[in-house]
Amino acid sequence: MSIARTNRFNTLAAHGALILYTLIALFPVFVIVINSFKNRRAIFREPLAMPNSETFSLIGYETVLKQGDFFLYFQNSMIVTVGSLFFILLFGAMAAFALAEYRFKGNTLMGLYLALGIMIPIRIGTVAILEMMVQTGLVNTLWALILVYTAQGLPLAVFILSEFMRQVSDDLKNAGRIDGLSEYRIFFQLVLPLVRPAMATVAVFNMIPIWNDLWFPLILAPAEEVKTLTLGSQVFIGQFVTDWNAVLSALSLAILPVMALYVIFSRQLIRGITSGAVK
Amino acid sequence: MTALTLTNVCKSFGAVEVLRDINLTVEDGEFVVFVGPSGCGKSTLLRVIAGLEDATSGTVNIGGDVVNAVPPAKRGIAMVFQSYALYPHLSVRDNMALGLRQERQSKSVIDARVDKAVQMLDLGAYIDRRPSDLSGGQRQRVAIGRAIVREPKLFLFDEPLSNLDAALRMNTRIEIAELHRTLSASMIYVTHDQTEAMTLADKIVVLRDGRVEQVGSPMELYNNPANRFVAGFLGSPAMNFLERAPLDIPPGGALGIRPEHLRPTKGGRISGNVTHVERLGGDTNLLVATDHDETLTVRLFGQDPTRVGAQIELDFDDTSAFRFDQDNCRVA
Ligand SMILES: Nc1ncnc2c1ncn2[C@@H]1O[C@H](COP(=O)(O)OP(=O)(O)OP(=O)(O)O)[C@@H](O)[C@H]1O
Ligand SMILES: [Mg+2]
Repeated sequence: MSIARTNRFNTLAAHGALILYTLIALFPVFVIVINSFKNRRAIFREPLAMPNSETFSLIGYETVLKQGDFFLYFQNSMIVTVGSLFFILLFGAMAAFALAEYRFKGNTLMGLYLALGIMIPIRIGTVAILEMMVQTGLVNTLWALILVYTAQGLPLAVFILSEFMRQVSDDLKNAGRIDGLSEYRIFFQLVLPLVRPAMATVAVFNMIPIWNDLWFPLILAPAEEVKTLTLGSQVFIGQFVTDWNAVLSALSLAILPVMALYVIFSRQLIRGITSGAVK
Repeated sequence: MTALTLTNVCKSFGAVEVLRDINLTVEDGEFVVFVGPSGCGKSTLLRVIAGLEDATSGTVNIGGDVVNAVPPAKRGIAMVFQSYALYPHLSVRDNMALGLRQERQSKSVIDARVDKAVQMLDLGAYIDRRPSDLSGGQRQRVAIGRAIVREPKLFLFDEPLSNLDAALRMNTRIEIAELHRTLSASMIYVTHDQTEAMTLADKIVVLRDGRVEQVGSPMELYNNPANRFVAGFLGSPAMNFLERAPLDIPPGGALGIRPEHLRPTKGGRISGNVTHVERLGGDTNLLVATDHDETLTVRLFGQDPTRVGAQIELDFDDTSAFRFDQDNCRVA
């Protein structure tokens, strides 16, 4: 913020708008978290009240921790999310580098083909994917999920990253070539660090949908030992009775790891989003 | 021995021909400058020599070996870029040492060569800094240092000074000239700047549209340009071309007179009106609109009291004028 702002009113208005937006965005999360600490009756009678000595209860958390293998679900979700992100970033960046850096026949066509997946949802192919997973014996393994999410995330990753990689100075790469660096070292040591903000952006945009996904875990990995957190929480939602204490507690807990990952990426993310605007 | 020989080098990107049939030699220890208008292929030619682009046809011979199939790192060249292109994650010392480490030189050799370059370029105070903590001039010196430590047979410079301010440019220019004297290495230098080209070069290569227009020492090109393009390109202010004046002009061609060869003379062969005066202290430049609607630049040494709007009569020595025919080739 190097521009001196002389107009106090504008500053206030801008902050007011941002604070209002923050409140609106955080309100549902806030309601979930406070209700997760209340007993069942209090949740329904006064959903917006803070827990007090009368209504405070940890019953939801107790149920969650007792029921099923909550830590295992947690771990599964973490493995799937981090694993998928790793492969999306690795393969996405490599493909993007090839598209941005090398002139070869069909370069543009290949770029379009890889970007096609942005417009076609991968769920359309669910039946075929399931058949493939059955045949390769990957059903009910975490690999099934990691592979599908990697495929799902790659198009956007390639699209965004190749755009950023085109902006990396040719001179820098050429200097590396003259100094005898291999193409791999040019990619990993010179180019990747310079597109780190873009990588963080891609990571955050992919992370949330993967963490929250219910569809593929339900279809490809419903077994107890490979259940993800989102799928695991579904046991509390029945057709006739729902254990709201447990659902709210599970949801509150599920926020934590995503938040941790987000904090890791956020510094880079902010730079990524604003990098075009403020140079 | 020749440091570089290019034979019939052509380069095209798809259907676009960027370099056409380039033939050129650079002798050992020679300082060669490439000049030409923007987009004429100077950088491309440099990249072909460096091996960063493959020539579409023709051979590149460096120090006696045909290197068409040799990767850049093994060609015995070093390159300095306009944008410095320092490795942002490495200190000044490591930036310089990286190339030698890749060649698997021993630590003592690396240290010795880096120290020598650091001393030569006066970089001692910055040796452990990152490039982002250096000024533009310092960065460019590090980039030059990175080239020196490799002890190449041939240095390639692509507009190394164009990002620096005027004072720094002059200092660095002199430094490069000194470097050339001490290292007595062969250098190829691309520039837009007249002064750099004229002062640094043993030999200037004028390029246009991917072709070599003329090769020669700076004074040869200045005094004896082969065609109208070279005549107009070298020299500042640029040469005047008269096409309509009732003088001895080849049919369809032009008469070229350098601004310093025109002088105000009573009863001179060219008359006109002064439309603008530039007073530079040391010289005065007059812009003159002639009676035949052509614009001339006149360079007068020292300070001159002529005002805008004055009537002026000019003359020149026939021996200092150049004649160009309708194909823009020099006739006399
Ligand atoms: N990778 C490429 N693909 C297609 N055309 C290219 C490529 N690189 C350069 N060109 C074209 O080749 C021509 C020469 O470019 P080059 O960079 O060599 O010019 P230059 O003489 O260095 O110009 P400047 O003085 O502006 O640096 C230009 O017309 C440019 O558009
Ligand atoms: Mg160039």
